[in-house]
Amino acid sequence: MGLTPRPQGEVRTAGDEPWVTTRLDFLVNWARANSLWPMPFGTACCAIEFMATAAAKFDLARFGMERMSFSPRQADVLICAGRVPFKLAPVLRRIWQQMPQPKWCISMGACASTGGMFDNYAVVQGIDSIIPVDVYVPGCPPRPEGLLYGILMLQKKVMAERGADESIRTEMRPDPKSQLYIPPSVIDEVSEPFGNSVHQQRSGL
Amino acid sequence: MSAPFQPYLAGHAAPGDTPATPKQVPHRGGDVNPSAAAIKERFADAVRRVDVVWGETTVIVDRARLAEIVRWLHDDAGQRYEYLSDVTAVEFRDRERPLEVVWHLRSIAYRRFLRLKVLIEKGQPLEVPSVYDVYRGADWIERECFDMFGIRFVGHPDLRRILMWESYKEGFPLRKDFPLRGRFSRSEQLRQALAANPEARYSKEELSIADAFEDLPLEMRQRLGRGEAVGE
Repeated sequence: MGLTPRPQGEVRTAGDEPWVTTRLDFLVNWARANSLWPMPFGTACCAIEFMATAAAKFDLARFGMERMSFSPRQADVLICAGRVPFKLAPVLRRIWQQMPQPKWCISMGACASTGGMFDNYAVVQGIDSIIPVDVYVPGCPPRPEGLLYGILMLQKKVMAERGADESIRTEMRPDPKSQLYIPPSVIDEVSEPFGNSVHQQRSGL
Repeated sequence: MSAPFQPYLAGHAAPGDTPATPKQVPHRGGDVNPSAAAIKERFADAVRRVDVVWGETTVIVDRARLAEIVRWLHDDAGQRYEYLSDVTAVEFRDRERPLEVVWHLRSIAYRRFLRLKVLIEKGQPLEVPSVYDVYRGADWIERECFDMFGIRFVGHPDLRRILMWESYKEGFPLRKDFPLRGRFSRSEQLRQALAANPEARYSKEELSIADAFEDLPLEMRQRLGRGEAVGE
């Protein structure tokens, strides 16, 4: 971005402020890619590796993922760490639907990506049959380096997005007859800022 | 129990008569749990066989007398089986061999472990008496056994599926005639799973918290309203 610090003691007049030019896509993507808030959806041993990734040694916070968002309403990346049984499938889909756009999904580990060794009656054979997945991280479970590599890949993917391309943000059409349907007024109500972000304004995006 | 219970603390030597971990236990024919002889004495006509495998005693009893025997093992001052570890079942590939329902009981006071088994011959109804009246903890483990094997525990107050969802239609997963990947295609399994409302899986009592009773299907509401709660 090339901003230089203001020299000490120098008085600037109007019109003399530093400025930069950039593409809006670059600026928006740069901001998004470096402040991805993960929604950890840990169901099995991959979640242990995910916790190791988030802890001090591997330090997920280096990549702008300081805040684990345990509310899907304020999350950007769903990290599905572990196997998903069929009983959990509607839960996972609802969590995905509760996340606001723009949102991405990392499928962490063999089980989340393909069902892994659990080729049986109880386990979903890959969460991409429920929700769209951006990055698959292989491994059983993946080492923290593997997850970090996947996150860096996701950041690259975010940086390459174009705002003019509407297809990447297109979702399933909401079906008012579905049991999972929540009217927009209710969504607005429950997605109000809370906690330490009460002074935030909703972006209107 | 002659002497009063005295816990020994970390750093103190255990008293000399503290039972140690048994070593060099024979595969068959080790020491028999004295409770087995007591059951034989009291319920002579109900005991079919007593096995000792790896030092653990198994008593195979009649289905009709099981509830009575468990009640006695729990209540009798000389037995005090106050802890129900597990209720499970075993089915064998052998088509002739009966299905076994297994109860694991533990007497904390006497440090004894006892395994009770009931054999259900092929073709007979899969029904055994519930021990819910004796052990309240039998609630969920009997539900699990019902969910996985389809064994009905007669007398259980709320025998529903517990691991699989309540509208699961494919059968009982741990039975030998159940294919590993289930009976339906993957897409059909996924369709049925996604059609489920994740908030509609509570008993009527739990619904007083979740307040989602009205979201249940009409049939399930009527069933829960009558207090009738069976799995399928």
